[in-house]
Amino acid sequence: MSKTSNKRAKSPRQRAKTRREFIASTALAGAATLVALAGLAPVAGGGTHRLRPPGALKDAQLDEDDFLAACIKCGQCVQVCPVEAIRLADITDGAGVGVPYIEAREQACDFSCDGLQCVLACPTGALTHDLDYPADTRMGFARVARPNACLAGQGKGFTGLTRGPDFEGTLRYDEIDRWNPIPVAEHPYDLELCDLCVRQCPIEIRIAQCAEGAPPSGDPNQCPPRHAIALEPVDDDGRMLPVIGEGCVGCGVCEMICPVEPTVIVIDIDETADTLKAASASNVISIQGGA
Amino acid sequence: MNRFVESLRQLLGAEPRRPSREDLTPEVVRIYDEKRQHKLTKEDLEANAAAHEKSAKRHKWRNRRWAVLIAVNLLFVLSFQLDVQLVEGSLTASRVLGFHMADLNAALQIMLAYKHVVLNLLIGTATVFLLWLLLGGRSFCSWVCPYHLVAELTEKIHLKLVDKKLIKGRSFHRGVRTVFYVIFALLAFATGYTVFETISPTGILSRAVIYGPTLALLWVLFLLLFEIFVSQRAWCRYVCPIGLTYGIVGSMSPVRVSYNMVDCKHEGDCRKVCLVPHVLDVTIRNRSTDIDVPLGADCTRCGLCVDVCPTNSLNFEFAGSKKLD
Repeated sequence: MSKTSNKRAKSPRQRAKTRREFIASTALAGAATLVALAGLAPVAGGGTHRLRPPGALKDAQLDEDDFLAACIKCGQCVQVCPVEAIRLADITDGAGVGVPYIEAREQACDFSCDGLQCVLACPTGALTHDLDYPADTRMGFARVARPNACLAGQGKGFTGLTRGPDFEGTLRYDEIDRWNPIPVAEHPYDLELCDLCVRQCPIEIRIAQCAEGAPPSGDPNQCPPRHAIALEPVDDDGRMLPVIGEGCVGCGVCEMICPVEPTVIVIDIDETADTLKAASASNVISIQGGA
Repeated sequence: MNRFVESLRQLLGAEPRRPSREDLTPEVVRIYDEKRQHKLTKEDLEANAAAHEKSAKRHKWRNRRWAVLIAVNLLFVLSFQLDVQLVEGSLTASRVLGFHMADLNAALQIMLAYKHVVLNLLIGTATVFLLWLLLGGRSFCSWVCPYHLVAELTEKIHLKLVDKKLIKGRSFHRGVRTVFYVIFALLAFATGYTVFETISPTGILSRAVIYGPTLALLWVLFLLLFEIFVSQRAWCRYVCPIGLTYGIVGSMSPVRVSYNMVDCKHEGDCRKVCLVPHVLDVTIRNRSTDIDVPLGADCTRCGLCVDVCPTNSLNFEFAGSKKLD
């Protein structure tokens, strides 16, 4: 056993130095703790509420505290996403720094991985592993924010590139390449009546595939039970407007693909099909002909 | 074991204990006495140092370490950019060829904040624990952490400023790191957020390197400026809980730097280059209790002392037997 022999009496100068060091150390601890705590302000103020990747933990009130607690900020979800929809938040999100989100208008999640790769990649379960299929996802809920601007609502078609030649977003077009998403800017449309939000809806595409007897990956479980969006007539002159159904998962493809600036259709993150159903069954319109 | 306890005491912030004469083995006492009788002249020492300065081995471990640090971080970047999927994720959590890895401190923060543990995280944490147990605990700091590298480079500016007497370096009590550790653990548990991760330059830098620059880098810049103008290597020395976590792992690790007192001239160059000089307290005259003494848990295994020692008194070893070259 070694005994201490360094308990010599300290000189007044040494003692003063020790005291200065103690005060400085306390100040350092206080300052760094305050900086770390400042990171809680953005999340407490709700300023970090964002569209999150599929399976992001939230409670019945759509509170994402568990998600922020569980995320290890590694970005593996970013790396596996085939359309690169997932980004990591910056320090402006405070404690939400490094946490994944989706900017739907720039690049929505089109479920082109089919298997929810981000969920599978998540090492902590911040993207819940309970989620198996795109149709079970609850990211948000679409809303027709500017019905008057909707091309279909004016009886108009759409020809050309929906978001212009410089748009960087990508989508998987099954009929072009089953495995690789391509830039939306390389895929011109020629539509008599604009139905882009319905036509490109990943849920509607799956429903159509299932109706033809060819569900994604040959797995009937991939078939969405309910419609997400449909055009419905508003008058007898051929004008139509999109109506959101309870199958909507809030992936954001409709928001991304809408050719009108600013977009007619947006994703609300403070609602999902479940919360709407819980609030009142009548709030969600069951689209006619829905499965 | 007393040495183990002493190593943990120092890790938590205590000053090294000075052994009394009775604690030293007779052989060690004899060698110290011999050294006292054969005092070296200043010229001898200077000639020694000059010869060592020219030695090809002068920066051997540093160069190896920098190469490894850059390679590891580059592997993350290239895996993502070229989509080869060797290493996915970042330093907080990753998958290496499909195997889950999770940074021990980040995993701990999440367990405290989220209060659930999923199997993948447990697997990743256990893998990383075993990995760094084998590789030397705080060797994570000096061989992998990107902040360590930039702090090491900016440290040279700090030392130059101090040398020119433009600034006076400030030191803090090392125990403050232990205080931080407890504060961050309590905050994670109480607030439900991984509070430390918000300000962790390791996570911020690793993500910036892989996913592109962010505003969060300004915080890292602030820390570096603080280290340049106020306190040398302050983050690694006085704050970072990652270092303490890996230090605890390292206390049980077989890979370490070991000190042999026989040829040591007690010049103290090793302590000047060391991030955690208290682990080199044994190199001071009459402080080594044995001929061979392994350095404490707080040692980052950076090898700067091994490189700088002109007498080969400091060496990497594996579990007290094999010298690593």
